[in-house]
Amino acid sequence: MAAPDTDLAVDVRGIVNRFGRQVVHDGLDMQVRRGEVFGILGGSGSGKSVLLRTILGLRHPQEGSVLVEGVDMSTLGPAELRAAKARYGVTFQHGALYSGLTVRENIQLPMLEHLRLPKDALEDLARLKISLVGLPPDAANKYPSQLSGGMVKRAALARSLALDPRLLFLDEPTSGLDPISAAAFDELIAYLQQELQLTVVMITHDLDTIFRICERVGVIVDRKMIVDDREKIVDNPHPWIRSYFHGTRAQRFGSMEAATHGT
Amino acid sequence: MAGAFIESRREGEVLEWRLRGEWRAINIPAIQAEQQGMDLAGAREVRIATGEADIDLAGCWLLNHIGHELEKASVALTWADAEPRGLHVVREALDLEAEARPPAMQPDPLAVAMEKLGRTTVERVEELRDGVTFVGRIAGAWSGAFTSWRRLRPISIARHVYDTGITAIPIVALIAFLITVIIAYLSASQLRNYGADIYVVDLITVGVLRELGVLLTAIIVAGRTGSAFAAEIGSMKLNEEVDALDATGVDPTETLVLPRVLGLVIALPLLTFIADIIGLMGGALLCLSLLDMPLQQFINRAQEAIAPTTFWVGIIKAPVFALLIAMAGTFRGMQVRGSARELGRLTTVAVVQSIFLVLLADALFAILFMELDI
Repeated sequence: MAAPDTDLAVDVRGIVNRFGRQVVHDGLDMQVRRGEVFGILGGSGSGKSVLLRTILGLRHPQEGSVLVEGVDMSTLGPAELRAAKARYGVTFQHGALYSGLTVRENIQLPMLEHLRLPKDALEDLARLKISLVGLPPDAANKYPSQLSGGMVKRAALARSLALDPRLLFLDEPTSGLDPISAAAFDELIAYLQQELQLTVVMITHDLDTIFRICERVGVIVDRKMIVDDREKIVDNPHPWIRSYFHGTRAQRFGSMEAATHGT
Repeated sequence: MAGAFIESRREGEVLEWRLRGEWRAINIPAIQAEQQGMDLAGAREVRIATGEADIDLAGCWLLNHIGHELEKASVALTWADAEPRGLHVVREALDLEAEARPPAMQPDPLAVAMEKLGRTTVERVEELRDGVTFVGRIAGAWSGAFTSWRRLRPISIARHVYDTGITAIPIVALIAFLITVIIAYLSASQLRNYGADIYVVDLITVGVLRELGVLLTAIIVAGRTGSAFAAEIGSMKLNEEVDALDATGVDPTETLVLPRVLGLVIALPLLTFIADIIGLMGGALLCLSLLDMPLQQFINRAQEAIAPTTFWVGIIKAPVFALLIAMAGTFRGMQVRGSARELGRLTTVAVVQSIFLVLLADALFAILFMELDI
């Protein structure tokens, strides 16, 4: 295998994932460049979440290699894997905030586990993350059950940023949000990506999100991935991709775009 | 002076700090230690060059923090080249927020204690009201359910009889046997001194049939089933399944609570009966091995020891205990809202409370039977 490419934040080569007889990925490749926003698309059951779990090192693929920040996740021992996991941030689809802890404690948990920090640093960094994601200061002492859907997503984002990762994985960040909150959340991701120079990999179904912030898009079809720039992927001849971008929902979206831009 | 993170050079009243290394959260303690060891005497300005240092958001926070400390020592902070990216993010986030925040309030300990007392009182009163409402709701669902066979949900009841009764038989039988062993050994060693060995039979039969058979079965079931009821219903609450039932126009009390209560009311007397039988059989076995008492003699003595009511006095308590256990479990399950921790807490409360209620009811029964002269 060639030497790891240092310009790639994520380098997935030829992975095969099988559950019994069902093959989910069959030689899937995916390369994410440093500093870009990469969107992963695919139909229900196409293995987006399995791919994410594989990249995160929560699952070993049957074949192929996964390099995250140049580190091969499949060959690491437990201690190294733990260290590697501290280098990226993840948000899960439903937030996955620890329900027994307040928002502040949720953010501090990764710091307490991985770092030895003085008390004032711990407090300040938690407050910093809370205000960074646009939560009001009084959200810090609330429990997840007291938060609205949008606030849960923001709190989960704050937790994923706890260790200042350079790589962020988001699983359907805007699902379950109203269009206005979703747009605000997209803007937040774009702002953080700019300011913190993050690489963002997100699974999303939201056409708005794709057109607003994703630079490149990878579509999982036929157990493989088709990757292209956002502008070009739209014209891909594959039937699933065609119906995704040119189906009735997308058509309506397109005509609305045209209407609002007066073209 | 050159440290691992700050390389310091003095030019008159200006300190020049060249940063290097990883200014990340993991190094904050080391950097702080290094920075605090720096000699600021006579300096009026610190000029920082970020150089090749790798500074992330936590590093920016630290620089901001150092800036504040220098300010307190009336030392100016300037940047040799551009200030690091992200520092303005930290400044905007923290300093602006600090302005917007109300001044910290120092809570009065007496007020805190009073607030806690008041809050607890209100919570307890509400809990009592909820409990009464719950009993009322069960009674309502009960009267509704008995109007038709279908609304009684026999299949669901059968499932709960199986889960709470049939599967508990091995552990209940074992406990019943062990209790008999304890009574037999304890009483045999004491009564032997008076040559009254024969009364071991009285103690075993009356003890098991009247009290211990039903009481210990109820306690086992409280631990086993009370917790299961609370956890099952509680996680359904967390999953919004209970709301889903309610919104479908199906009464959750009728579908979730009532079958469990009825199932246990059927199962517990049956379990008690099994515990009684195992207890008596164990007693006969122990008398045979411990006191060399033939089986026929045990049976004869047992016939004399137990009154016609002894068995019924024990078994009549079982449905009452079952009612208390099932209601405590389901009530606490229905109270779960919000978080997984709440689920754990209320499951524990369900077990403790159902055992307490069983013992309380047993004490009341003891007084009642005494008054009735049974």
